[in-house]
Amino acid sequence: MPETAMPVNGYTSDEMMTISAARMLRNGTVCFVGIGLPSAAANLARLTHAPDVVLIYESGPIGTKPAVLPLSIGDGELAETADTVVPLGEIFSYWLTGGRIDIGFLGGAQIDRFANLNTTVIGDYHRPSVRLPGAGGAPEIAASAKEVLITLRHNKRAFVEKVDFVTSAGHLDGGDARTRMGFRGKGPTAVITDLGILTPDPVTKELTLTSIHSGATVGRAIDSTGWPLRVAPQLTTTEAPSAHELSVLRELNERTARVHAGQA
Amino acid sequence: MVRDGDVIALEGFTHLIPFAAGHEIIRQGRRDLTLIRMTPDLIYDQLIGSGCASKVIFSWGGNPGVGSLHRLRDAVENNWPAPLAIEEHDHAGMAAAYAAGASNLPFGLLRGYLGTDLPKYNSRIKFVECPFTGELLTVVPAIRPDVSIIHAQKADRRGNVLMWGVVGVQKEAVLAARRAIVTVEEIVDRLDAAPNAVVLPYWVVEAVCEVKGGAFPSYAQGYYSRNNAFYKHWDDISREREAFKAWMERHVLGTKDFEGFRRSLEQVVSHA
Repeated sequence: MPETAMPVNGYTSDEMMTISAARMLRNGTVCFVGIGLPSAAANLARLTHAPDVVLIYESGPIGTKPAVLPLSIGDGELAETADTVVPLGEIFSYWLTGGRIDIGFLGGAQIDRFANLNTTVIGDYHRPSVRLPGAGGAPEIAASAKEVLITLRHNKRAFVEKVDFVTSAGHLDGGDARTRMGFRGKGPTAVITDLGILTPDPVTKELTLTSIHSGATVGRAIDSTGWPLRVAPQLTTTEAPSAHELSVLRELNERTARVHAGQA
Repeated sequence: MVRDGDVIALEGFTHLIPFAAGHEIIRQGRRDLTLIRMTPDLIYDQLIGSGCASKVIFSWGGNPGVGSLHRLRDAVENNWPAPLAIEEHDHAGMAAAYAAGASNLPFGLLRGYLGTDLPKYNSRIKFVECPFTGELLTVVPAIRPDVSIIHAQKADRRGNVLMWGVVGVQKEAVLAARRAIVTVEEIVDRLDAAPNAVVLPYWVVEAVCEVKGGAFPSYAQGYYSRNNAFYKHWDDISREREAFKAWMERHVLGTKDFEGFRRSLEQVVSHA
């Protein structure tokens, strides 16, 4: 895969994605974490600039500090290193829809220009071309967290004009649609990809490329998006990963690979 | 205690998944079951691929961290080995539905599903207006299984059950069911449970069976870890129908109990 090939500057686009997503989490933030890319970014933040970030997973661990990344949302490592583990009903009612989450951190298979996410089905619901796992905890995270960050790889299969199924509501059809729907949270405030960072326009809520990662190009971002991508006039360049960020991320990934393979 | 046509729930959220009990249902050749589980996981993939189910009610149907549940997908997409109806929710909705079942209420209430396409495809997700504030809230019908089955760490000789770690919706699933079966890692003289520990009293459980390792390849906190390598390996075992059938024949149908299954697995792979 060319996306993950080691470029001349000494880091991959996936590493750039995870590191720039991690930087979005401020220290002390209470973050409800999705599995996969969001989980890697949230734990990198905890291991670098945000030691007091509070990580919550939908299986019930609150304030978890895993030494290795979990393969599933409910790995024992999450429970063993948590401040407390609560039942599932409680994690969604008291903690999530109760309004105690600052940041919901999600991934997805498809995203549209208003940051609506699909993790349910590609194609028709009843005659799917690809049946994906479905919703899990994402719909309520997207609705109730005060803000939502999204991270996924940037390509035309993922960045589509219209998602085949709205699993988790972003800004719906744009503008003040979330407010009209009565949502508590602000919705997606940034989408971090392997090419750059997209943020919703303050008024229309259409995702706009506001930062391009060092090593990527605007042309590539436009070509990888299934709608005519708007580019901010004051486009910034994402700062390249520091040696510290890279070494912490690589150690985390190596520890994780070793432990998951070692269980055979 | 499980009969053909029953509505059953085998719960355990990633942790304490009752694999041994699921295998026994497959060995007994039960048919036409409605399977309820938030995350169908490998156990329902095995039940579905073995032709035990006609419907599945779920909220996240993947192999966690690995990919698809191939047998679930084959049943939904190609009706193999039998047509499979699906009723799809999200986690918050199912948690509310189990709590309603445990409370003997007709529906669960939540602030959820808003703005999503799920209510378009699942007519049992409905909306009501709050009589106090006017807010639009979501309701889902209570889950009331004929039989719920869970796995826990310990029971005492009387049948009181103790579990800890990620406890998911197991307590609600047991209390919502007409009959409940619990498998445990060990039966002990005294539970020595802390006052607020998750304990199911003996009189809400019909049967307790000791099955050491009965949650493998899932895990039992304090006993053994999740076998993530097996979860990855399942992707190969389950991808093709013939390979899946051969594996089930050899290791599940061809063995008498869970101990036999584990021994049979040890002979071919290093995952057990």
